[in-house]
Amino acid sequence: MKSFSYERATSPAAAAAAGARDANTRFIAGGTNLLDLMKLEIETPTHLVDVNGLALDRIEETPEGGLRIGALVRNTDLAADARVRRDYGVLSRALLAGASGQLRNKATTAGNILQRTRCPYFYDTNLPCNKRKPGSGCAAIGGFSRQHAVIGASEACIATHPSDMAVAMRALDATVETVRPDGATRSIPIAELHRLPGDSPEIETTLASGELITAVTLPKPVGGTQAYRKVRDRASYAFALVSVAAIVQRDGTGSVALGGVAHKPWRVEAADAELPRGAKAVTARLFADAKPTKDNAFKLPLAERTLAAVLREARG
Amino acid sequence: MAKVSFDVNGETHQLELDTRTTLLDALREHLHLTGTKKGSDHGQCGACTVIVDGRRINSCLTLAVMHEGDEITTIEGLGTPDGMHPMQAAFVKHDGYQCGYCTPGQICSAVAVVDEVRAGIPSHVTADLTAPLRLTNAELRERMSGNICRCGAYSNIADAIGEVAGRSA
Repeated sequence: MKSFSYERATSPAAAAAAGARDANTRFIAGGTNLLDLMKLEIETPTHLVDVNGLALDRIEETPEGGLRIGALVRNTDLAADARVRRDYGVLSRALLAGASGQLRNKATTAGNILQRTRCPYFYDTNLPCNKRKPGSGCAAIGGFSRQHAVIGASEACIATHPSDMAVAMRALDATVETVRPDGATRSIPIAELHRLPGDSPEIETTLASGELITAVTLPKPVGGTQAYRKVRDRASYAFALVSVAAIVQRDGTGSVALGGVAHKPWRVEAADAELPRGAKAVTARLFADAKPTKDNAFKLPLAERTLAAVLREARG
Repeated sequence: MAKVSFDVNGETHQLELDTRTTLLDALREHLHLTGTKKGSDHGQCGACTVIVDGRRINSCLTLAVMHEGDEITTIEGLGTPDGMHPMQAAFVKHDGYQCGYCTPGQICSAVAVVDEVRAGIPSHVTADLTAPLRLTNAELRERMSGNICRCGAYSNIADAIGEVAGRSA
């Protein structure tokens, strides 16, 4: 690990200002992803701003009847919250499908959203990777790409976003709240937070330098049957090959987002409209522009069948 | 270098550490509490599991300087050879190990799992998120999935935890 200086932030605005002072500064909260990457020298910050002391660890009801989840709420606490279990079951299920008990006890809401890809070529510092070293090339393209993106990828990068939680938040139309280095705040629909790789896969979100996530807001509960189905190589403690977050109403309408298939949680609103017509119609829309590799073409029928199973269960 | 102060097994320690020092390395290399083990050092195996402020975490994926004022319990703080914690005694009784390298992490994790179930925290295999929890074998196995045992003592580990937790079938 490269050496770094360390400070404990005293307020969200002060943290954002400290974060913008130098491009080699990182925020640290749970640390479960950042320290892993720092040990491998994939992340080499020269300064860490510890945000754990900021009072961003509460889950509060909003005036609109939704929930405001502090950026530092641990994954365990969010999954176990009685309101989340009752009204946003898809979110609780997605969190519990991810990582291990130890990791969920440390991992935070904001950190989960901002976690980096588990592409093995991103992790292997002996190989080229445009995300790790812009301009060096992509070893995943033409490599073993079984785990990689089937849609929204580019000539520069075919990595996927690894979060389960963010997929549920996308299906729930969550909003991300931030504070910028000048103290100004803004709200970003989660659909607009993560970027597709294009020709700059190293830029993963629309956040500005130093911009700090302070909370995630959920709209008021929409009811329906909520499910998160994750397909993976082990029964537990593994990243998704394909995952489906679905909210299905009694009349068959609803929303669907997929994990494990793209550089961001994958949802197409026009595909939601096909829900009453079944999984085949939905996935036809979701994957209209899919470009799978020979290794990961299985993800297209797998996603359709996983969604079909979720819809069958939702109908009872 | 940075200063940090925290309690380990009921004793306060003040340390001056390189900021890069993980909690795991602080425990093993600076406080010489070598019961906590380094396996993957990347949060993949659970050998480094300790209990911080009542919660199990991977001590390899957290910096020591981030634990100012925290209360840390390691395997040495749970019990001694002459006065074992009930979970330690159950692991011995059920032969819940072979080489023993993962055992301190398994036991710290298991002690916390029992508390998590008592606190009503659900898991991936909990059928109904709004109903009271039942500690089945499937629940134990899911909750312990962050602790790898390369000797494959899993069935005995599950038996040991089940006995302590008073498992319902």
